[in-house]
Amino acid sequence: MTNRNKLLVLLASVLVLASVAGVVGWSYQADRKDHVQAGKPAAGAGTVSLAPGGPPRIVFRSLEYGPHRDELSSVPADAPDGPRTYSGVKCMRFYAAAGTGICLQSEMGAYSETYTALVLDSSLQETRRIPLAGIPNRARVSPSGHMAAWTVFVGGDGYAQKTFSTRTSILDTRTGALQPSLEEYAVTKDGKPFHPADANFWGVTFIDDEHFYATLGSGGKTYLIHGDVTTKTATTLRTNLECPSLSPDGTKIAFKKRVPGLPENLPWRLYVLDLKTMQEHPVAETRSLDDQVAWSDDNNLVYSLPDYDAHLYTVPADGSGAPRVLAREALSPAWVR
Amino acid sequence: MYVSESRGSTPAATTPTARGLFPGRSAVPTTVLVLGTVSLVTDISSEMVTAVLPLYLVAGLGLSPLGFGLLDGVYNGFSALVRLVGGHLADRGGRHKTVAALGYGLSAISKPLLLAAHTLPLIGAVLAMDRTGKGLRTAPRDALISLSSPPETRGRAFGVHRAMDTTGALLGPLVAFLILRQAPEGYNVVFTVSFCVAALAVIVLLLFVPSRAPELGATPASAAERPSLRAAVALLGRRELRRLMLCAVVLSLATVSDSFIYLLLQRQLGVPDRWIALLPLGTAVAFLLLAVPLGRWADRVGRWRVFIGGHLALLAAYGLLLTHVQSGWLPYAVLALHGAFYAATDGVLMAAAAGSVPAVLRSSGLALVQTGQAAARFVGSIAFGAAWTAWGDRSALIGAALALALSLVLSIRLRPAAEHSAAEGSAEEKGVTGSD
Repeated sequence: MTNRNKLLVLLASVLVLASVAGVVGWSYQADRKDHVQAGKPAAGAGTVSLAPGGPPRIVFRSLEYGPHRDELSSVPADAPDGPRTYSGVKCMRFYAAAGTGICLQSEMGAYSETYTALVLDSSLQETRRIPLAGIPNRARVSPSGHMAAWTVFVGGDGYAQKTFSTRTSILDTRTGALQPSLEEYAVTKDGKPFHPADANFWGVTFIDDEHFYATLGSGGKTYLIHGDVTTKTATTLRTNLECPSLSPDGTKIAFKKRVPGLPENLPWRLYVLDLKTMQEHPVAETRSLDDQVAWSDDNNLVYSLPDYDAHLYTVPADGSGAPRVLAREALSPAWVR
Repeated sequence: MYVSESRGSTPAATTPTARGLFPGRSAVPTTVLVLGTVSLVTDISSEMVTAVLPLYLVAGLGLSPLGFGLLDGVYNGFSALVRLVGGHLADRGGRHKTVAALGYGLSAISKPLLLAAHTLPLIGAVLAMDRTGKGLRTAPRDALISLSSPPETRGRAFGVHRAMDTTGALLGPLVAFLILRQAPEGYNVVFTVSFCVAALAVIVLLLFVPSRAPELGATPASAAERPSLRAAVALLGRRELRRLMLCAVVLSLATVSDSFIYLLLQRQLGVPDRWIALLPLGTAVAFLLLAVPLGRWADRVGRWRVFIGGHLALLAAYGLLLTHVQSGWLPYAVLALHGAFYAATDGVLMAAAAGSVPAVLRSSGLALVQTGQAAARFVGSIAFGAAWTAWGDRSALIGAALALALSLVLSIRLRPAAEHSAAEGSAEEKGVTGSD
């Protein structure tokens, strides 16, 4: 081939490949144009509030395609798949209790995404803003609304290798005091200090403003820990227990359990631990999940499944019944009563 | 210092200079520029995916990337083994271009497959395919660079290639985030564009890289020219290559992996959390800026010296990490030294190794050195992780610094006559290439 012909072939290839990329980009735009899709519940009028009182409602991140995708929206607790009231506030992860909300946001930068934690008051006004080190993953608020905690995935080595670790932070929303990482905590395991270098913490669930449960992962094992915010100490209680979520009455913990024989990528089943008897049992959901579940009341769990669809499912906590869809295209629910 | 090597060169070996894009002023051979372009374009494609993959896994698919990080270590080991296979296949009959094209092609078609893979095992399989491609192409590509550049400017040729490669790696995330800004959650668009870019690189390679390395001559492969696997293994019997590899391995054992460096920077020097994602950028920029000057310098003062100098820069970086100075410029200094370490060692080692491997076994020889180095880095990384667990980050780093200092002493002692031996290597080289 002469050089001229080679250049012609190159030019033709550039044109063809550019058209392929262009067509895909264009069809993406056409597919997800900012209009409400047919067959979806219409958006209701009104404002989203986190203030306790009034009719019980669920506030969550809406994943419905259209102009309000990713916005916090609220629905009546007794009609979770009904018309949504949108707020205009976009979050990746969200949780709320007693009039305090925590909203973990992402913003597209030039070279990487940047992430922020926002503390919201009951009218969704930002009261505090904290930059985050990585991709938001878990968010929780203490029952009083005073304390907030979140977990992010930190992958600070994208250029050559991909290793991820988690970082969990706790914030006192009253004083603004921030504990940037639970790795500063003194952990006790079997009565002895436990400080592995590969320790990762995630999934805080608050008992009250001073105490919480969370997961500590190290050496391929996971532990349920009981932590104390004031003394910055924690004790391991149990192994193979991830992403604990304490029931509103404080008697049970729902969690992910790694069950042998399941695929390596999604090895978890949803279990419930009774804190009085320390007995655990599986619930009726047989699919693997990777979420920190929410409790809609003292007897029912709500969660999302990876890689199925973007729906919220619910299942009884006592192991009876069967899972069913609670709300379509929704994530990170919080009950406001 | 490489006088005797260049004097002994056949006309075929020197033609690339004349064929350079900028004749007259000892230009970089066209083939090196083409291979640089191929790497640049490929790296845009692959780093686009790397940049958005964690986000895609977590935000798009709802998976946690923790397990994925673990898998990745396994792939990197796998890729190092495939490299040996690629190196050997390329040497058989001088099929560097074919094997490289296969490698680039394999990585290119793994991109659209990401669109279909929605579970972690499938994504893992697709990424394994991508790494296989990378493993296959690296040694033949580096062999082509060394075979198409005259020995006395090899350091610069590798410097130019690595600078172009890194430019692509820096542009990749930029392109990806520009796309995501236009099309929120448009991961499909990112993967498709990534595929188109990768395919373009393969086309550039197929069109503009000569099918036979000039140094091997224009004659088609003869049976006599097909090096056996035994010949490839016998390379280790060469004193020069064995010493070079031994030094590279010992030094790599004491090399702390990038992620640990960034973690230490963040912990010891208190770099704010939100900067974590930008730390590798600092290393890459320093690498990009220094690759060509250090490559040229290596050609002048000797590749071995610059290679040792690169490890001294790394030792200095360890030293800075161990200080308790909380100065604002310290992180920049550490990243600059870290980038300088890569610029003085990555391409320079290949240029040095090329001198002690005959042309017909070039690809196997370079693959051997690269795999040895990668394996040593892996072992070193595990040892460092264990030391960190046992004694804490500071003590582990002190240990790594001591190990590096010791390895440097050993390497300097082991190779005082290094630059003479390169000439020896070239004499042998002529003996083997005598077939044309």
